[in-house]
Amino acid sequence: MLVSDIKSRPVYKGLTVDDAARRHLVAAEGEGALAVLEAFGDAPEAWSRMTLLYTPGGSAPANHAEALQARAPDAFHLHPTRQTLMTRLRALLDTATMGTRLYATGVEGFIGQVVAAGIEHGVDHFSIRTEHRGSLARRVQCVHCKGFMDDVTVSPVTCAHCGVPLLVRDHYSRRLAAFQGVSIDAECPGDVPAAEEIFK
Amino acid sequence: MSGGVEIPVRVVDVEQATETVKRFRLAPLSGEALPPFSAGAHVVVTMDDHGRRIRNPYSLIDRAEDGSSYRIGVLRVPNSRGGSKFMHENVKAGDRLVITMPVNLFPIVRTGRKHLLVAGGIGVTPIYAMANELKRRSAPYEIHYAMRNEASGAFIDELRAAHGDKLKLYRDDMQEFVSVSEILPNQPLGTHLYVCGPEGMIEAILKGGREAGWPEENLHCERFLAPTGGEPFSVVLQRAGITAEVRSDQSLLEAIEEAGVDAPFLCRGGACGQCETTVVSCDGELDHKDHYLTEEEHASGKKIMICVSRLKGRELVLDL
Ligand SMILES: Cc1cc2nc3c(=O)[nH]c(=O)nc-3n(C[C@H](O)[C@H](O)[C@H](O)COP(=O)(O)OP(=O)(O)OC[C@H]3O[C@@H](n4cnc5c(N)ncnc54)[C@H](O)[C@@H]3O)c2cc1C
Ligand code: FES
Repeated sequence: MLVSDIKSRPVYKGLTVDDAARRHLVAAEGEGALAVLEAFGDAPEAWSRMTLLYTPGGSAPANHAEALQARAPDAFHLHPTRQTLMTRLRALLDTATMGTRLYATGVEGFIGQVVAAGIEHGVDHFSIRTEHRGSLARRVQCVHCKGFMDDVTVSPVTCAHCGVPLLVRDHYSRRLAAFQGVSIDAECPGDVPAAEEIFK
Repeated sequence: MSGGVEIPVRVVDVEQATETVKRFRLAPLSGEALPPFSAGAHVVVTMDDHGRRIRNPYSLIDRAEDGSSYRIGVLRVPNSRGGSKFMHENVKAGDRLVITMPVNLFPIVRTGRKHLLVAGGIGVTPIYAMANELKRRSAPYEIHYAMRNEASGAFIDELRAAHGDKLKLYRDDMQEFVSVSEILPNQPLGTHLYVCGPEGMIEAILKGGREAGWPEENLHCERFLAPTGGEPFSVVLQRAGITAEVRSDQSLLEAIEEAGVDAPFLCRGGACGQCETTVVSCDGELDHKDHYLTEEEHASGKKIMICVSRLKGRELVLDL
């Protein structure tokens, strides 16, 4: 669990199954597979109403995909990357009807992207059930060039797009699903402290 | 204080919409434009019935484009203690009233992808304003309007003219009823539902929504709750050092105001939370009627919403 007293920091309450939902639309990444397995347990009824999108991320060797598929979700989409998963999720959200409940689990950057896609489709973020699993890696937006980086575990980090050394702040944007990265050596160019791995 | 900034108004037009509903057009005495309001808002109207002050909330139907007037619609209720009766029998064009600034406890959710508006009877007043706002914004919406019979549908003509086939009518006398199994399925994700009408209708629609898997965040209602009266009791306002009697036909808030103490309020209908008051002690059972406090708060006996709730007992001591 991530802890922070920063207001903009999202809170993940855990995946709890909404029994009233007609359809469970579940987006899972990496270790998030375990949260899905635990939350939905072996209630075949719930799995029979589930559309499950999964991308293994760094957890590929553990082969959670097989364990998920074994529970026989109504529809199972395995994606090689987050990007392809998000494209499919957006297409599903476009045609989804009320009674569909959205769930997101995995690393924080992934949850954030799923929540942002839900919000774009008029879903209230309070009604999206989320659980953080896996590393504390952050999705960061460079405030200078506006480029995004996934899976950032260190701060400062060099912006992959414009090369500016960035301090990863605790400031989170729900709309962008990213933390803010701001130039760390603006006052004193070249004076960059050593990178520390803080979001493991 | 109490209900916030007040606006003195003059009644410029009274229209008998149906046998039991009148529409009133209210213009500010100051001549300055009335503030724009967001659809779903209400104002509290203060009436002066020969020295007796009556205050009732009424939803705003619309505002003249130049801000020169608001309209409200009032149903005459049977066994009225005064408010709706006074509006119907005494208020004429040219008369003065006082209203509060608009307050919205029933707003449209701007991020919604579609909006289902459900109205029963006089509950159509906020729905009317919401439909117009949604039309202005070109947002997708449907209106489901239930009434006893066509003659009692105070807003049918205006709604039909503005919204065409987005309006669906349900007439009790023709055995037509709003049914959740018809209106809820196949609505796109991100749809919000808003219902205002009789208590039974609100409960049925909300229950249907929950059972259809709609999250609480997408289900919205407004109840035209009024204080019901009950057995008389005494109230002690500890800080003010005042003891007052709450008559059987009076709400706690009304009795407190009559005793000269201005307690805060916004809705006078148990919904906004503004009148929440700490109970110091009481020698009976609190009779909670509001929809604001949680069940635990009701059970704790430490808080009371003085606009609608009362005491079943002899004496209530409040931190006021
Ligand atoms: C946010 C909000 C918006 C509203 N908008 C509108 C609107 O747009 N149009 C509209 O017409 N109304 C609206 N109302 C309702 C309105 O404020 C009044 O409650 C309504 O006009 C009745 O007022 P009254 O003074 O005539 O009746 P009250 O005397 O207050 O009586 C209200 C109800 O209680 C019953 N009652 C009265 N005395 C007792 C008693 N001693 N024991 C048991 N029952 C009793 C009456 O039979 C009646 O059904 C709204 C209410 C709220 C909270
Ligand atoms: S005034 Fe709104 S709850 Fe009492």
